[in-house]
Amino acid sequence: MYRSAIYEEPLLNELVISKKEKINSFDKIPKTLQRKKNIDIPNLDETQIVRHFHRLSQMNYGIDTGIYPLGSCTMKYNPKLCEEIASWGKFNNTHPCQDISTVQGNLKILFELERMLCEITGMDFFSLQPAAGAHGEFLGMLLTRAYHEDRNQGSRDEVILPDTSHGTNPASVSMAGYKLIEIASNKDGTVDLKMLKDALSEKTACFMLTNPNTLGIFESEILKISKMVHDAGALLYYDGANINAIMGKARPGDMGFDIVHLNLHKTFATPHGGGGPGSGPVGVKMKLEKFLPIPRIGKTKEGNYVFDYDAPESIGKIRAYYGNFSVLLKAYIYILMMGSDGLREASEIAVLNSNYMKKKILDSKLYDMPYKDIRKHEFVLSCEKLKQVKGIRAMDVAKRLLDYGFHPPTVYFPLIVKEALMIEPPETESKNDIDRYVDAILKIANEDPEIVKSAPNNTSVNRVDEVSASKNPILTWKMI
Amino acid sequence: MKFVPNSSIKTIMLEELGLNKIEDLFLDIPKDIKIKNLNLPCGLSQQETERKLRKIVGKNRSCNDFLSFLGGGIKSHYIPAIVKSITSRSEFYTSYTPYQSEASQGFLQAMFEYQSMIAEITGMDVANCSLYDGVTSLSEAALMCTRITRKKNFIMPHNISWEKKCVLSNYAKGPGIKIKEISYNSKTGKIDIDELKRKINGDTSGVYIENPNFFGIFEDDIDEISEIVKKSGSLFVVGVDPISLGITKSPGEYGADIVIGEGRGLGNTMNFGGSSLGIYACKNELLRQMPGRIIGVTKDIKDKRAFCMTLQTREQHIRRAKATSNICTNEGLCALAAVVYLSWLGSEGFFNISKINFENGEKLAKLIASLPGFKLKFKSTHFNEFVVEYSDDVKKLNKILLQNGIFGGLTLEEFYPELENCMLIGTSEVHTDDDFEKFVSSLKEVSYV
Repeated sequence: MYRSAIYEEPLLNELVISKKEKINSFDKIPKTLQRKKNIDIPNLDETQIVRHFHRLSQMNYGIDTGIYPLGSCTMKYNPKLCEEIASWGKFNNTHPCQDISTVQGNLKILFELERMLCEITGMDFFSLQPAAGAHGEFLGMLLTRAYHEDRNQGSRDEVILPDTSHGTNPASVSMAGYKLIEIASNKDGTVDLKMLKDALSEKTACFMLTNPNTLGIFESEILKISKMVHDAGALLYYDGANINAIMGKARPGDMGFDIVHLNLHKTFATPHGGGGPGSGPVGVKMKLEKFLPIPRIGKTKEGNYVFDYDAPESIGKIRAYYGNFSVLLKAYIYILMMGSDGLREASEIAVLNSNYMKKKILDSKLYDMPYKDIRKHEFVLSCEKLKQVKGIRAMDVAKRLLDYGFHPPTVYFPLIVKEALMIEPPETESKNDIDRYVDAILKIANEDPEIVKSAPNNTSVNRVDEVSASKNPILTWKMI
Repeated sequence: MKFVPNSSIKTIMLEELGLNKIEDLFLDIPKDIKIKNLNLPCGLSQQETERKLRKIVGKNRSCNDFLSFLGGGIKSHYIPAIVKSITSRSEFYTSYTPYQSEASQGFLQAMFEYQSMIAEITGMDVANCSLYDGVTSLSEAALMCTRITRKKNFIMPHNISWEKKCVLSNYAKGPGIKIKEISYNSKTGKIDIDELKRKINGDTSGVYIENPNFFGIFEDDIDEISEIVKKSGSLFVVGVDPISLGITKSPGEYGADIVIGEGRGLGNTMNFGGSSLGIYACKNELLRQMPGRIIGVTKDIKDKRAFCMTLQTREQHIRRAKATSNICTNEGLCALAAVVYLSWLGSEGFFNISKINFENGEKLAKLIASLPGFKLKFKSTHFNEFVVEYSDDVKKLNKILLQNGIFGGLTLEEFYPELENCMLIGTSEVHTDDDFEKFVSSLKEVSYV
């Protein structure tokens, strides 16, 4: 049985052995700004600090610990070479405002990465500026607005989304000032064409879609959808969270999408860093090019790379400088290593893994999978039966999986599946690990419900009371 | 080796599915849009890849190779080895957002400690565990001011980075926030308080002030500014270079409601401008409108102290269209670097680093101001950046400096036409007296050419 490291590791401020009382004063700055009291940050020795964070790391689960099949998150292995190269001083100690002649290496990478992403998605141009997927969605909405305003269609103020969409989609839509129209999925779990038709109007600015969708189902009617959306004068937006299912098989650009965002920290193997940094580049078709953020990266006839700020119709910027360069660099290295065949095989095996795992679990009849059978890189189980019969909920299964040493799937999403477990075993997982995961998930369904509901027991803490954390927020060590 | 372990056993797995070939798994994709292959080169081995990247990186000159005096809020700082040692722990960097608390106690506790330290240095009650960068932090702050006050006029100084203005104008579009700018005093480089008084009114949602400001200058009339903002009933947003907070009062002590800043300087490399670290802290009463992930302390069912993501009903994965922000992925690992860095410094080290940055700024400014053809544009106390006016073409000057292995200051006239031949020079603890000597003698030499 698995056991996580368990330390009762004090907080940094609790590690202090002696407090210094001397006030650090500095009188060269204007009086009104001089500090009157010391900052209360503990003064510790490097040994203490290293042990502290080392122990904390041992109470944390990463991809290097084991399988991490979070649906729609594509938690694939992060190649070490990418980390190594990104830490070279000649990359990571470059200033964004250095003379352009001294950063030709950086620009070459950005320029070529844009072209690679265009090829992978079938889009014409890319901007590497967004720092994350949601940031890319926000840029997509800004581009949508610029496009319609340019055509004197600024009155289009609605964005349509299916009810299976990621939470960031509606949040980005409303942050950009659009009204949200959510349409229910049909009995197959895909876009209901009738509902879409009714929702589309001269008010529609955009339809946002994930394909394959969050149930892992490919929207086979995509060409019809694309025609309907364009006939209504709206744009079609592709949330690229799930593109790990179709690289080298099909491209959103060929499906009719006008704007695409990718998540390099998902599909292109850059680490999630416990939350970030990520990168959410946005690709567009020709008709949207002139609105892309500045600077664009160009190449002169002599083969020199340049930043081009001359774009009068550009939306401007959505963050400082050129994007999360360190992440972009790692994705570039990953694509170089994988190549055309490697990327296609990654998608093929991701889909194979997912279907293999799905079959093994469904054959047991312990879990159900609502909606149609054919799935791509992920699938969504329902624990509803388990809940009815044994009182075991999706969250209980998730927590019990931790006891077996596995990271749980995404839970309670998408919202249209009751007691959802959303599972995505990427191509970097071996059959052995998948088999062991399946064994555990099936075993849990047959376990004593009390054991499952009291899980986890082998982790550094037992089940955490998140409700009282919210009721009575304690957010700094001063508040304790 | 392509990070696809099941590649060699795919036929066995397909058999278990009752399928013959991989293609059978893709029958749901319409034929019309299927492609055979991507038009990309074949994959390279790891050795070939590394060789190729060595060649590419050979075209770069970094701030290790050249002496850099580029200002504008981003510069080299010394990063102790402990930072990389900790952030390279793959339990940390290969983990996802800590939704499953029980498997993420380590990262959660580190983020709680980060929040505690950021709250401490900014003088705020609470901090989130990062936004994308200082620029988007400002934009999020402007949105938050409107959510709280329900007013739509946001005031900011004319002299902030053009990128901040540009990004803010995009974030402002959704709720229809109007931005008003306040000029700076052309002699002092500080904000024009009279203009602030004229422009602020009952419709103002918030006022943004940078301290030190974009020209590196301390806004020392800060108590007066704070009072003007408070009187109008709007929120006071302060932008900081966190490194300066070792010697200055915290914004909390002079009445800030929200503090934002670029935190990259805390233990993170420049990385050509990204990744970065958006600092975001505020007063407790504004907490429920704060964007981003927040970590809290709670207990597990056995009463043991535990950490978890909290107040998630503010966030997009729960509240969807009504979330305080769309942010999901943040800059967690950069926040980890920051907390390791700050704990390595301790309050003593933090004070010292801040002091050295001030003193190096003072020293270099004096040296340059003593050269013929150069003068300080503003007569005010500054931190580690300052504006220098040159008597001739500053771009030409920088080109020649480049030949001497020096990145000169950031030229300002593109964004501030009134600052012709001015440059923003930045220094930090990485520079030694020898570096200053080299810079100054180059300037002397070049200006005589």
